[in-house]
Amino acid sequence: MRKYTPKDNVQAKSYYTDRYWVAPRVPREAVEEGTHFADVVKAMEKFAKESYIEVGTLVIHIDAKENFEAIKTLKEQCGYTQCSEQSAVDYLAQDGEFELFYQFLNVNEAKRVRIVCRIKKGEAIESIVPLFNSANFAEREMFDMFGIKVNNHPFLKRIIMPDDWEGHPLLKTYPLHGDEFASWYEVDKIFGKEYRDIIGPENRDPARIDRYDTKRFSRVGYEVPFGEDISEGEKEQPIEYSETLLVDYNKDSGKQLDHRK
Amino acid sequence: MQQPNKLTPFFENLNFERDDNTMVINFGPQHPSAHGQLRLVLELDGEQVVKAYPDIGYLHRGIEKMAENMTYNEFLPTTDRLDYIAATSNNYAYALAVEKLLGIEAPRRAQVIRTMLLEINRIISHLFFIATHALDVGAMSVFLYAFREREFGMDLMEDYCGARLTHSAVRIGGVPLDLPDGFIENMIAWCDKVDYEVKNTYEALLTENRIWKMRLEDVGVISAEDALNWGCTGPMLRGSNVKYDIRKEEPYELYDELDFDIPVSDRCDSYGRYMLYMQEIYQSTRILRQLVPMYKESSPELMAHAPQYISAPKEEIMTQNYALMQHFVLVTQGMRPPKGEVYVPTESPKGELGFYIKSEGEPYAYRLKCRAPSFFHTGLLQDILVGTYIADVVTIIGSTNIVFGEVDR
Repeated sequence: MRKYTPKDNVQAKSYYTDRYWVAPRVPREAVEEGTHFADVVKAMEKFAKESYIEVGTLVIHIDAKENFEAIKTLKEQCGYTQCSEQSAVDYLAQDGEFELFYQFLNVNEAKRVRIVCRIKKGEAIESIVPLFNSANFAEREMFDMFGIKVNNHPFLKRIIMPDDWEGHPLLKTYPLHGDEFASWYEVDKIFGKEYRDIIGPENRDPARIDRYDTKRFSRVGYEVPFGEDISEGEKEQPIEYSETLLVDYNKDSGKQLDHRK
Repeated sequence: MQQPNKLTPFFENLNFERDDNTMVINFGPQHPSAHGQLRLVLELDGEQVVKAYPDIGYLHRGIEKMAENMTYNEFLPTTDRLDYIAATSNNYAYALAVEKLLGIEAPRRAQVIRTMLLEINRIISHLFFIATHALDVGAMSVFLYAFREREFGMDLMEDYCGARLTHSAVRIGGVPLDLPDGFIENMIAWCDKVDYEVKNTYEALLTENRIWKMRLEDVGVISAEDALNWGCTGPMLRGSNVKYDIRKEEPYELYDELDFDIPVSDRCDSYGRYMLYMQEIYQSTRILRQLVPMYKESSPELMAHAPQYISAPKEEIMTQNYALMQHFVLVTQGMRPPKGEVYVPTESPKGELGFYIKSEGEPYAYRLKCRAPSFFHTGLLQDILVGTYIADVVTIIGSTNIVFGEVDR
């Protein structure tokens, strides 16, 4: 039977997992009264669905529709004046949702808060660029990498990948070495579609070795001119390992030396 | 409507056939002052910049994607390629994030060595900054002098780990090696040399230099509010009179035991940031000198003891059956951290370098986000370049100290 490979998550997976292994969880602590975080939780009470402290950071889960209002409250009432980071996590395979996180810093208190919300596939999120300019690039990157649309962003455009790229690289459905489109992108762009047969798809596997390719691979000890065809008509074959070497010990085929040369 | 083709590409919001006097120029990605692969599309009115559009992505290698397809230990050498000027600071930021996820702490000697390597890398990075910044502005000799001291710093790194640029000198849970013989003496000699050269060569050449002051003073002014709003960190934030250094405010490793100052500039311009970088070099050598007695007092363990996540020392692997079994599982399958998410900020030479790791209990990170300071400093360019003159553009880019390995990732 062919091995089952899930289509909705093509990233590397462990080859072995103990059936009875239950992964522990990083401890989540409750917010203690009288601390700075308690004030933050109180101010965010209207929006927070869940809040706890995980590894020193206050995590607040909110509804994605209220993200702008919630973050505005966080900035204006709690003093979180810097948005350090904003991005998403792909949970489409499990839940059909993206998890978005916003990481904030309060410079005066030296405390960090993470706002987490979830949106369904195809839904858009409200931009927080009017509050934090640093979200300008971060939201563009999120759009580029996950295809999450951001409403009211001043300039929502691909930032890292080319403008005419297809697909969003950080989705779990996107393979590590790129998809079909990626392997033809540069050939089509530089030479044109009509050269596809001549040039072939781009090799996107950095570990690939072609032993007859004298342009890209050197042969140490057996150097040949650049671009020389050394295959002698032989088709490339998969590597085979030698069987036990058989030596013919027949007396007829060998020659016995009777005197010293 | 323009017709885009290969010779006249089409940019949204930009028009090449204008009736007014504005001109659109393309800066980079091969410009020598673009610090790598920055492409800037500038709209000019005479010599004044009306609009700036930084275009990035020319060095994109998909490092975050690779992190999802590598075990935690496999990924560590890849982090070298983020900020390749100070590779250990990336290794360390990543290792610290994973350690926080695992809930383990490196032993004392490993902490001392890590802090040493971080500060050596900070000096190397700052020397590189002053060299390239001065070269961009037109001071060739500073470039040559600063690269000389940087080479000696890289010799130190080579003595420790064998590599000069991509160190991978930190492991998850500690460091791989103890300091070699004579390292401390060489390091102190280098610190003396750096202190002397910064004071008597670079500062003597630049600080009161008429041309240097004319090119840098009141150029690239960022107010404290803007700096926070645009996500500036590190020297960019402290250069705008916000006293925030993660080493002091959210101390990690040994920084809470060390005695050092946080230089701040209230000038908010490129000259203030230049002065700040010089002062930070003095503070780093001060930290390095304090670490020497700490190293001598520490016991010789180098890796944390956490058999579930970290292989035992080599002697134990070679002598004890269970340690060998654990090592085999950890090498072939990789460690499985607990489920959870963590964001750990560290003060890299460029600013706040943080790793967000989301773990689902698998040997592969479910999501890894690298919060690179240079990415946000590049975003800032679209704001601060507007209104400046074309001659100052290079000064401002140099002053932000961006490295494209971590902008594009």
